[in-house]
Amino acid sequence: MGKAFGAVAGVGAVATLYAMKKTWDPLPSVKAAGFTTLDMSAYEGNKLVTEKWRGKPVFVLKQTPDMVEYAKKKNELNRLIKVGNDYYLVAIGLCTHLGCIPGYNPDKRSFLCACHGGTYDSTAEVTKAPPPRGLDIPPFKIDGNKLVLGEEGPEYKKLVQDGVTMPV
Amino acid sequence: MKRELKILAIVVTFTLITYYLVEPFAHSQMHKHVEFRNFKYDGKSDIEEVEHKIKVAKEHKEDTTELEKKLEEKKKFWAEVDKISKLKGDATAGEGVYAMCQGCHFEGATNMGGVTPPSLEHAGALYDKKYLIALVKNPAMAMNIDHKFKDPSMHPMGSVMSMVTSDQDIANVVAYLKEKKAGEATPVEAYVEACGRCHADRYMKWTQVGFVPKTKENIKTGQDIEALKFKQKVAEEQNALADYLGKLPPDLSIIIRARSEDFLKTFIEDPQTQLPGTAMPRTGLTQESYDKVEEFLADSGDAKRHERAKLGPIVLIYFIIFAIFAYLWKKEVWRDLH
Amino acid sequence: MAHFTKAKSLYEWLDQRIAIDTLRRVLATEYWIPKNINFLWAMGMVLAITFGLLLISGIFLLMYYQPNVDLAFDSVNYTIMKEVEFGWLWRHIHGVAASVVFLIIYIHMFTGIYYGSYKKGRELIWLSGMLLFVTFSAEAFSGYMLPWGQMSYWAGMVITNLFSMGDLHLNGLVEWIRGDYVPGQAFLNRFFMLHVLLLPLVILALIGFHFGTLRIPHVNNQEGEEIDFEEEAAKYKAGKKKESKVIAFANDFLSKDMFVVSIFLIFFFYLVFYHYEFAMDPVNFDPADPLKTPPHIYPEWYFLWSYEILRPFSTNVGLIAFGFAQVIFFFLPFLDRSPNAKPAHKRGLFFFWFWALVIDMIILTAMGKLPPEGIFSKIGLYAALTFIGLWIILPIITKMEKEVKE
Repeated sequence: MGKAFGAVAGVGAVATLYAMKKTWDPLPSVKAAGFTTLDMSAYEGNKLVTEKWRGKPVFVLKQTPDMVEYAKKKNELNRLIKVGNDYYLVAIGLCTHLGCIPGYNPDKRSFLCACHGGTYDSTAEVTKAPPPRGLDIPPFKIDGNKLVLGEEGPEYKKLVQDGVTMPV
Repeated sequence: MKRELKILAIVVTFTLITYYLVEPFAHSQMHKHVEFRNFKYDGKSDIEEVEHKIKVAKEHKEDTTELEKKLEEKKKFWAEVDKISKLKGDATAGEGVYAMCQGCHFEGATNMGGVTPPSLEHAGALYDKKYLIALVKNPAMAMNIDHKFKDPSMHPMGSVMSMVTSDQDIANVVAYLKEKKAGEATPVEAYVEACGRCHADRYMKWTQVGFVPKTKENIKTGQDIEALKFKQKVAEEQNALADYLGKLPPDLSIIIRARSEDFLKTFIEDPQTQLPGTAMPRTGLTQESYDKVEEFLADSGDAKRHERAKLGPIVLIYFIIFAIFAYLWKKEVWRDLH
Repeated sequence: MAHFTKAKSLYEWLDQRIAIDTLRRVLATEYWIPKNINFLWAMGMVLAITFGLLLISGIFLLMYYQPNVDLAFDSVNYTIMKEVEFGWLWRHIHGVAASVVFLIIYIHMFTGIYYGSYKKGRELIWLSGMLLFVTFSAEAFSGYMLPWGQMSYWAGMVITNLFSMGDLHLNGLVEWIRGDYVPGQAFLNRFFMLHVLLLPLVILALIGFHFGTLRIPHVNNQEGEEIDFEEEAAKYKAGKKKESKVIAFANDFLSKDMFVVSIFLIFFFYLVFYHYEFAMDPVNFDPADPLKTPPHIYPEWYFLWSYEILRPFSTNVGLIAFGFAQVIFFFLPFLDRSPNAKPAHKRGLFFFWFWALVIDMIILTAMGKLPPEGIFSKIGLYAALTFIGLWIILPIITKMEKEVKE
């Protein structure tokens, strides 16, 4: 009976652990604050703007026509988001190696991460080690001329499916 | 075994006696019983209050002429209210009268004389008929705060006394409210209309000027000008309220746990019974609309009550099973010990 | 280097290095407890479980509580009670346990007084227990400050004012304790430190010490019989469990303890879910207002008896009486002049002294809660005088006690 009693106590312990796990969960107010709306008409070509989403920096880089040509040539057009007639790079500005914020050089049209020397091109695809992959694209939904970060629109879902970006 | 039961009985008895003395008994001594009148607005409690004041004044050998005058005034007033309640009100004619009300009671109204006039969208459903009649006839008297005004027309709504003068007009406009402004209110609407002009509720994000809007900060500086502008509006409204009332009405976020149910219902029915001399007006809620306000306050200050009610039986049944298994284990271990 | 042979099992491996087998025998399987005991002997285990509940629920409250005068109230009543999953449950458990633990402490204490478990070798158990009572009181007081409600603030104001010591006017001391002229941020933060770190460490150390002081004298029994533990243990180990006067802590005592604990937990969780206002007083659901004292102010129920001893007297006399009430229980083993370590019903006048004390403390508790007016303050005065009187006559009536020979 001691073992049986122990088993009953064990059930209570497991239920308690479940409650404890839920207490650690992020609060509803935190989760609700996880959406940022961007007005895409406010950006200029090849001028990097850093927005904020869920406390993290988000790079928004409107592509100029020749940047779009570059992307088409490198077969990286699918990394860009098309809103209206324009293409934008929208990516989380944290190096996929160990999380520092890479700096953008508009003349070279590339990102350089000061921490360990990783580089990315104008679509934020990796061009030099050590980062394992291009900058991650946050979940987004196209809403007319606006982009809502945090919501998963069909275009984002396709990017994840095609392996262009990893879910964050 | 018998001895253990005797000991248990002694321990339980002394515990219950101590509990009874410290909780129900002591609290009954600290809070005198206030009679609840089932949200009937016939002036009975108002009249009793003045009669009591006269009695106390007589004991102190003070002059009671003013109080006697007041008593007669109240008796007359509520008798007239009763008379008007028996008239047949014409809602169509009442609509014309209501046009005058809209001069102050409209969407986007601002502070007038210390308070912002509340929306009357559900007034017919929320408030008692006799109360509404009394309110239009003499707001200060109806709200039982006439002791705060030398001249009842000084009340923020006092001008109605010169705008709606005939008994029939009063009956008509109340009939209009009861017919056209009587859609079912949600708990939120009930609170906002009946209480929200004076009482903020930060847990529900309600301020005296409206729900706190979602704003965005300037990402370069962290400054949120929209939020600051809203805060300023709230501050100005709160200052005006505090100046008019004498102090700022408390935030009701957790009032549902800070006061007993008994207190809340008798207080809302007639604030003077629990806090004599208070500036809080009687609001004229019916039982139904009070229940809605109470639900809003519970959502504010006791949001997890449903979860608690659901989990309680499960936990208790678990511990009963736990106790059974503990007992069986004990019996097994002690089989060869006794 | 001591010589180590190859162990044949994990148990043996650990035993070679940290003597777990010896520990097991000394603390569990050969820790001999008298058989002649009743469920009151389980109160120690109930206290350990309740302390465990306080510790665990406290850990999860600590994840979200903010010890800042502007944020504390809402961090508890909004964040924890409304936002955190099961936050309301941890808070209810913590509040109810903090109150119920004192009920069990008093039962445990008075069991010890009734059966004479503070005498004849057990004085340190009593003293360490009293130290635990004082530390738990400080822990409860410091915890009550944290929600920063009206009762938190004004209890903080009043209790720290006690340290001005009446006519001694030690205002400097009061300000030093508070870290400010009035209870404010400094006060809240340091009492947070006391409640969350320092006092729990002291309690854990004292619990260890309390157990240590019990080991050699052994647990008492219902008749106060002096048992030859070696002899009875030998009987038990030889298989004569029924004849032996002792049982082993594990699993004999433990299984009975667990049954008592399980009944306690049913009662405890009933309070947590359905009946908790006694532990979470409505007055503390008004945010602290330094400019308004609540019309009815009172400490938690377990402090009422000593609060009432302070009230009927003038400031200085009251403080002396209050101080007397706090320390007098420590002196019990030394004020009791009788040679008998027996249950009260075998000790003549002491039996009546015991019940007079219990009833007097209940009356003091009740009067402490009631408004200090009219008949209530009169009864309170007589009850306070009775309390002092009872302790004065204790040495006299126990000196007169005849030795019980059995």
